[in-house]
Amino acid sequence: MAEPKGFNVKKQHGFTTIAVLCFLLLYTPIILLVLYSFNAGTSIAIWEGFSWRWYISTWGNEQVKEAALLSLWLAIVSSAVATSVAVLAALATTRRAPYKGQTVVFAIINQPLMVPEIVTAVALLIFFALIKNYTGYTGGAYLFIAHSAFCVPFAYMPIRARLQGMDLTLEQAASDLYGTPLRVFRKVTLPLLWPGILAGAMLAFVISLDDVVITEFVKAAGQDTLPTYMLGQLRRVVTPEVNAISTVLLAISVTMVIVYFILNQRKN
Amino acid sequence: MANATHRPSFTERHSQWVLLAPALTLLCVAAFGPLFIVAIYSFLTPGDYGGVVWKFSTEAWFNVFAERDIFDETIGFADAHLAIFWRSLRLALITTVVAFLFGFPTAYFIATRPAHQRNLWMLLIMVPFWTNLLIRTFAIMELIRNEGVVNTLLMGLGIINEPIQMLYTDFAIMVGMLYVYLPLMVLPIYASLERFDFSLVEAGYDLYANRLKVLRKVILPVTRPGIVAGSILVLIPALGAYVTPRVLGGGKRMMLGNLIELQFGQGRNWPLGAALAMLLLLIVMATMVFYVRAAGREGGGHG
Repeated sequence: MAEPKGFNVKKQHGFTTIAVLCFLLLYTPIILLVLYSFNAGTSIAIWEGFSWRWYISTWGNEQVKEAALLSLWLAIVSSAVATSVAVLAALATTRRAPYKGQTVVFAIINQPLMVPEIVTAVALLIFFALIKNYTGYTGGAYLFIAHSAFCVPFAYMPIRARLQGMDLTLEQAASDLYGTPLRVFRKVTLPLLWPGILAGAMLAFVISLDDVVITEFVKAAGQDTLPTYMLGQLRRVVTPEVNAISTVLLAISVTMVIVYFILNQRKN
Repeated sequence: MANATHRPSFTERHSQWVLLAPALTLLCVAAFGPLFIVAIYSFLTPGDYGGVVWKFSTEAWFNVFAERDIFDETIGFADAHLAIFWRSLRLALITTVVAFLFGFPTAYFIATRPAHQRNLWMLLIMVPFWTNLLIRTFAIMELIRNEGVVNTLLMGLGIINEPIQMLYTDFAIMVGMLYVYLPLMVLPIYASLERFDFSLVEAGYDLYANRLKVLRKVILPVTRPGIVAGSILVLIPALGAYVTPRVLGGGKRMMLGNLIELQFGQGRNWPLGAALAMLLLLIVMATMVFYVRAAGREGGGHG
């Protein structure tokens, strides 16, 4: 009875204000960045009217086109590779009794999440320099291998989560009905696992598309992805062209994350 | 017949490693394995034009903390390195504390929304996190430049006459790291607050506690595992930050990540770079061990 009517036990003074501030802090910079990519002038602070000018000039920039193409290729190939190996690894590590070497397997799979990116980047720089010395090969394969590797844990997480929530009995029933292991996998496991695979592939795609540090250390001279191209532009005068590239990349990431969110919602 | 009955267990045991092989091979080649090479390189002699000479030396590890005077061979602290370590540690810690001050109330706000709204609020936290780190850093840079929105606005309002130099300062790096790592603080705190039983709070009020006391004596202790996890998730990438100090610190305000890169670029001292990278890895691992201990203790303590 001590509490007056309407007393809200969950209320804490000032928390809502801080939360609102927090959301403002998170979104204001991004929104301004997108806004000024449509600025008619060269300023990133004074609005001079709406225009597609920076998108058009970016579209005409050969370097940007090349970088965009490499970024896209890298993201497609490495997310495909990472997702494939992650599906197999998830099948091997979930829904089973604890096994010998479990901790080591998890440590290896999650290495890219636990070790600071700069350390992995340096490690790859050294390792690939050794290989270059012995083989003389200096092509683009290094980037593809590096990207595929650090995308694995991001693809693995949602697939593993999906598998853990799946009932083994369906597959056992299919086996009992004389389905071969491959057929059971194709007809039962895979369709059920599909949302997890899609989510994993999308996360891997976004992670590859956004990577700066490892790419910066592994790439050969002249090989640029969109993020490393933008980082290189820093030394020059920053024009809203960078904003235009950023806006396109943002649009891709945000779309992917929202689709991922919807996929996850449906699961629940 | 004997074969037929043995087969399942045999394949079950072995197919696991067959399925794991591609992932483990890929990661051992291009993530886990090369770390050992870094460890080896930290004990070699630098080559004249980058790279290494295969001769054992502890000089790199010595140079991490100390330096020899080139004239009289006296040994002193490597002040430049120590200043960078100190900046890394200080900025990472400040970022973590400020992220907590913003992140906890935000996570609390989300956890106290009606159940069907919470996922949407969390999506709002996660969307910036999954967007490009470099782009978010650029966004901060454009905001706080001398000719950026903040300075233009303040000058337009007549509050200041000269733009305030915010870019290329420690403050800029801190704001940038806070901005990019904040979602990592909110996420685990929200996870522990979502499971939080608010009847405990009611009990607190019944015992005549005020709001602050309930927060300090009930809510904070129960959600401590989430707070520790969030702090670790912010602290670790902040310690190893490379892009944010490079963009917002303008090359002069270096952190450990930039110092490491320097050794592979202009510095041409790969063993020193390798030793610094190993040092960072050791710090991160020590932090994680601390976290596992703290989380483990929590299970027995407050329950």
